[in-house]
Amino acid sequence: MNLDHWLPLMIVLSSLVPGILIFCLPERRVSLRTAANMVGATAKLMLTAVMIWGVFHEHIYQTRLPLLPGMDLVLHTDALSVLFATLSAILWFLTTLYAIGYLEGSPQPRSRFFGFFSLCVSSTVGFSLAGNLITFVMFYEMLTLTTYPLVVHRGTEESMRAGRIYLAYTLTGGAVLLIAAAWLKALVGPIDFTEGGMLTAFSGLYRREFIVIFALLITGLGVKAALVPLHGWLPVAMVAPAPVSALLHAVAVVKAGAFGIIRVVYDIYGIEFAASLGVLGPLAAVASFTIVYGSLRALNQDGLKKRLAYSTVSQVSYIALGAAVLGPVATIGGLVHLVHQGLMKITLFFCAGNLAETLGIHYVSEMHGVGRRMPWTMVAFTLGALGMIGVPPLAGFVSKWYLGAGGLAAGQKWVILVLVASSLLNAAYFLPILYVAWFEQPKGLWPEEHYRGWLETHWMLLLPAVITALLALAAGLLANAPFSPLEWARLIASREYGP
Amino acid sequence: MHPFSACPVWIIFLPLVNSILAFLFRRRGAQLGIVTAVGLVPPLLGLFWQVIGHGPQSYPVGGWGAPLGIDLYADGLSIIMLAMTAVVGIGCTLYATGYYSHGGEGKEKQHHQDSALFWPLWLLLWAALNALFLSADIFNLYVALELLGLSAVALVALAGGPSAVTAAVRYLLVSLLGSMSYLLGVALLYFAHGTLSLGLLGEVVNSSPAGFAAITLMTAGLTMKTALFPLHFWLPPAHANAPAPVSTVLSALVVKGSFYLLLRLWFQVFTATVTPSVANLLGILGVAAILWGSAQALLAQRLKLLVAYSTVAQLGYLFLVFPLAQGTGTGFSAWSGGVYFILSHAFAKGAAFLAAGTVLYGFGHDRIDELVGVTRRMPVTMFAFAIAGVSLIGLPPSGGFIAKWLLLNAALAGGQWWWAIVIVSGGLLAAAYVFRFFSRAFRHVGEISTCRRIPRSMELTALALALFSLGLGIIGPAPFEIIQISAPLSGPVLSGGLP
Repeated sequence: MNLDHWLPLMIVLSSLVPGILIFCLPERRVSLRTAANMVGATAKLMLTAVMIWGVFHEHIYQTRLPLLPGMDLVLHTDALSVLFATLSAILWFLTTLYAIGYLEGSPQPRSRFFGFFSLCVSSTVGFSLAGNLITFVMFYEMLTLTTYPLVVHRGTEESMRAGRIYLAYTLTGGAVLLIAAAWLKALVGPIDFTEGGMLTAFSGLYRREFIVIFALLITGLGVKAALVPLHGWLPVAMVAPAPVSALLHAVAVVKAGAFGIIRVVYDIYGIEFAASLGVLGPLAAVASFTIVYGSLRALNQDGLKKRLAYSTVSQVSYIALGAAVLGPVATIGGLVHLVHQGLMKITLFFCAGNLAETLGIHYVSEMHGVGRRMPWTMVAFTLGALGMIGVPPLAGFVSKWYLGAGGLAAGQKWVILVLVASSLLNAAYFLPILYVAWFEQPKGLWPEEHYRGWLETHWMLLLPAVITALLALAAGLLANAPFSPLEWARLIASREYGP
Repeated sequence: MHPFSACPVWIIFLPLVNSILAFLFRRRGAQLGIVTAVGLVPPLLGLFWQVIGHGPQSYPVGGWGAPLGIDLYADGLSIIMLAMTAVVGIGCTLYATGYYSHGGEGKEKQHHQDSALFWPLWLLLWAALNALFLSADIFNLYVALELLGLSAVALVALAGGPSAVTAAVRYLLVSLLGSMSYLLGVALLYFAHGTLSLGLLGEVVNSSPAGFAAITLMTAGLTMKTALFPLHFWLPPAHANAPAPVSTVLSALVVKGSFYLLLRLWFQVFTATVTPSVANLLGILGVAAILWGSAQALLAQRLKLLVAYSTVAQLGYLFLVFPLAQGTGTGFSAWSGGVYFILSHAFAKGAAFLAAGTVLYGFGHDRIDELVGVTRRMPVTMFAFAIAGVSLIGLPPSGGFIAKWLLLNAALAGGQWWWAIVIVSGGLLAAAYVFRFFSRAFRHVGEISTCRRIPRSMELTALALALFSLGLGIIGPAPFEIIQISAPLSGPVLSGGLP
């Protein structure tokens, strides 16, 4: 057996197999289920470490399985897929831990939850390792299907409605993406992701078709990336349990869209070719509008998770903005935000889940003085929020710095304006939360206090939040260390732009 | 005499003889059914081995040979159809042993009496299907078709009660009318060319008035039997009111029989006669079927009726093959997409009807609005229904996805993009009706209606068929190598792209 050929497939199977096993387990086998989850998550982490080492040394791992004559399922590791696969492997490990603590004693079937949870992560890793467009589309659609049962997990009227809206948006987006993929395939044959762009070889041909297909691809992907006006499902999907929201906003669904946009711009079209087609301008405009609009809407949301959701709408578009501005510096900013936003946003959602589970707090207006009752959670929340605002030396600052510098380097000064406006708005909707939580007096009893122990809450809920907060801090502090997200983004950019 | 030359005769006569035995020994029906299911496996494998190893085979029955005697003929398409029939047939047989296992008093006793007639009729139907797929002259095909129709009608009447009888009588009239129309075409062809053999007719039939009249009559008759819109009116009541194993056989196999014949005639006999306008007409009716069937499925109040209308919609896709095959260089792509669609729909619809039948059996009704929270009562059955739904929608990974991808490719590579829009939006409509059911089935409520104990075989056969439909999506190019054995068209499976 040759590791080079099977490593990518093994990474996908390391969560797929536990997922299938968990479906077969009866509800009461809690410890066996936990073991399957944790063994899978650990195996994935170790396999990912092997992959990072290999890709750094220019090793290529590729699994190619024929699906049809002339159509292969390709799982491939390049620098970009490693960046995202690593993020999802780490965050999956932590979210699994969190979910086990979160769902303890819940009345809904947990086998089903963890089964679909594992399938969801398999799809996430699958699309990050996809080596061609059709493989990407397949895992992208599988992600839609496997997240639906998680979104509707609570089974209430409200969550069923959220599930319907979620499906209506994402399946339609998927259909548009499918048409675009089939059309492109019919024009140029199999579409392998190639560093520097595979359509550059066809420059001069099909100019008009390529522009229309670009628009279709971005529309299809923009639904999941929550580009305005395709973002409607995201704030509604908030009713999902906290670990699902955390995963949805940090690595799974919205990131699938953002990651897809990066793939389309860099590895299908090639950034220079895309610029020559004149399609980057509109993308940058949509992304900038989304950044500002999402922040504006976040301002007047009282629901904590809803405010975070609109914040995601805004923050994810930083990635699209980085992809839409020509030049390696902006590219680095977009790519690094893929990781940074994931770390910061998952921290915020873990914390929101802790507040809801421990004290029954769902609204910002209920958070008076909560910093005293749950200091560790609120420290993590504060780190995440300050990072989102872009306070140095946190991770968000690094992203914004590179995006701004990239905008200047490309001669597009308005990027700075967008960033400043967005940062001010971020501060305007995050700082009041921090103020209320730390400096106001508690109003009396908490809405619904569940947990009284020597820790402020269950350790399985607290630990993941603290770890991700520290990771977000480290990603900013140690941005120049080897194997930091920033260094890796630089590596990708150098490979995309060529020597 | 070659040792394998008995295989096709076995394949037809084993179910036929067992059917007669089952008429004579009514109490032994289930045993005879299992004997047939098991006994068919070796001759089928023998036949497959021969066709795959040595190309298409002709078997003169009784040593006479064409044009005087009866010739049995098997090529790649035949054995694909035989294999499909065997898989669904074995699944249905095992399901029916569970479904009809309870004796007893009152309503149960009636149920038991049905089973006494179910077995002989089902085995007769199986024999007719096998004969249809192994015949190579248009009169034998007529005999097989008539036998198929009559046994199907009798099975529909089995459920008893006024609605079943009305449905059966309607079905009988349509079936007879269809056969009659087909038989007129046979007579015309025999009168004009003096032969009945498919192969010989393919060489001599031209676009003379006789040829044109024959194709019109035969196509009209067969589309009626395949329930193409607007001649579909008989299908939903017939399929929805029959007992569960019968609905499955009707929807998964019987309608495919007449479509298979249509495919043979259009691509092997009337190649010189068909015109693009007739092909487009069939395509447009197919589109109408997709839209109308899906709309009715969305409105259906009962689960089995929903699944039956889904059949109307899915059959519409099959008729897109005719216009799609007219595109330059897309003939084989469209044709093999159609064959793949037949296969994946057979497994998916088989699983869906078995699962819907289990719901009806377990709860005593299948009113969708009252099926709240059923995923908790019968998780295995609902999982099977979900996988079948994925294939019906055409999402990866499933046979339905591969089939739709092939059809999409044929549409876009042949420059007929308007069919691509239909193919994709039909998938969205399918998603709407599948998830309309699941948005109730997933809901979490305190009280779930009680459910009768369900035999294990009923749950597992539905799951097995669903997994077959899933497996078609990842099995790779093997089926295409079989489809290609003496296929009437040649060319790339996925056309398009620059050389």
